[in-house]
Amino acid sequence: MLSVRDLRKSYPQVVAVERVSFEVRRREVAGLLGPNGAGKTTTINMILGLLSPTAGCIRIAGIDLARERARALGQANFSAVYASLPGNLSVRQNLMFFGLVYAIPRLAERVRELLAEFDLEHLQDAKCGVLSSGEQTRVALAKAVLNRPQLLLLDEPTASLDPSAAQTFRSRIRRLATEGDCGILWTSHNMYEVEAVCDRVLFLSHGRILLEGDPRRLPSEHGAPTLEELFIRLAREPLDESLERAP
Amino acid sequence: MRARPVAGILLRQFYLIRGSPVRALPMFAWVAIDIVMWGFITRYLNSMSAGRFNYVPSLLGAVLLWDFFTRIMQGVSTAFLEDVWSRNFLNLFATPLTTPEYLTGLVLTSIGTSAVGLAVMLALATAVFGLPFFSMGLMLIPFLLVLFTFGIALGILASGLVLRLGPASEWLVWPMPALLSPFVGVFYPLATLPHWMQDIGHLLPPSYVFEGMRAVLAGHAAAAQNLAIGASLAVLDIMLAGYFFTRVFRYAVRTGLLARYSAESVS
Repeated sequence: MLSVRDLRKSYPQVVAVERVSFEVRRREVAGLLGPNGAGKTTTINMILGLLSPTAGCIRIAGIDLARERARALGQANFSAVYASLPGNLSVRQNLMFFGLVYAIPRLAERVRELLAEFDLEHLQDAKCGVLSSGEQTRVALAKAVLNRPQLLLLDEPTASLDPSAAQTFRSRIRRLATEGDCGILWTSHNMYEVEAVCDRVLFLSHGRILLEGDPRRLPSEHGAPTLEELFIRLAREPLDESLERAP
Repeated sequence: MRARPVAGILLRQFYLIRGSPVRALPMFAWVAIDIVMWGFITRYLNSMSAGRFNYVPSLLGAVLLWDFFTRIMQGVSTAFLEDVWSRNFLNLFATPLTTPEYLTGLVLTSIGTSAVGLAVMLALATAVFGLPFFSMGLMLIPFLLVLFTFGIALGILASGLVLRLGPASEWLVWPMPALLSPFVGVFYPLATLPHWMQDIGHLLPPSYVFEGMRAVLAGHAAAAQNLAIGASLAVLDIMLAGYFFTRVFRYAVRTGLLARYSAESVS
């Protein structure tokens, strides 16, 4: 679903992402982990076409993003805590607007379907700006699956949710991955959540991928009691060469 | 270019205007106030000239055409600013929407909103102040087309500037028509201006429209060659504006400006 090869983003003063390569497979939830400033959002922005890489190649569902931007982005969608939908449009209006932009066939029917699926029917005429965080997250996820994407990017999607709403959200995402046909790239700082949702994780630090593997096995493989402990160790003291991911 | 994404941009603006009186009102209120104010000024001037000269066609006609141009320009830039105000760039530009589709959506929005303004202005100016607007006959078509094309070009240029310079630069957008008006001779012949201002005026398409309008109202034919120059300049300007916006958009994607737009990191 997603293939990232030798991705690099450099600015005059800093290299934000350096030779990052990874894949997200069909029906897989891959976690992109790392401390603040590690390059996660930069990587996601490049996959979404919002930031052009200095070097490297991104393929979404086999389509080269640099060569066929519109076709590639038609296969993807995203939800991020920092990219709320226009608050001056209602839930239904937002879905209709983005549905047209994604050129969804039988749009009215698809919107009705999503309003029911995400329990938004009673909120369909409410402006998105007045919804609670949990409701806004549901609307953003409904928008993110409007086009039945092959690749779904979720950047800290549960950051503003209470534990109960977050659990419901995670179940929904797991269901999307197992019952649907898409690959999901998920970023989160909640290691409990990552263990519960992700099939595989990639540890990013200083713009490089340091570790990759099963979140349930990685801690013991690297002598850490929990994924959180491993995360803290990697964030404070990047792994030495012996622990670095094989190229 | 695909029709559905363009329709999406248009639908979004329709939703906004339909649901908000503060968006609907400016479509006709300010131009109506302009026409009423200038209508009474022309009446007063007519009474002073004791019938020797009718100021209504030349002054009120000029105000109407200039307001039409301003509405077109602001129709494009305001539609763009809606995405700035609602911080919608990430959601919008992470979609398959292309730049030409986006700009076409903005232009169609502007056509819709400025048509309302034009209709209100025409109704008021002709019914209340007796503007013989249609006495210009078929020449109205090229006049309006040149102003329309240049208004679109200026609107796209303004949108590109806001994209490049950040949200606060919208304050540069609003005075743009006022900045141009002295150079294009809305109310006076270009020959009135000093040479350096005339030179600038000759580069601006509206100058040819207002010179032509005055010629027609004086009973002469508008110089077709001059109108052709105005039309050519307007087409050139719209191409340059489209190129400028595309370049700015690419710059914004390359430098990360688009992804952190609200930071206003102008460099």
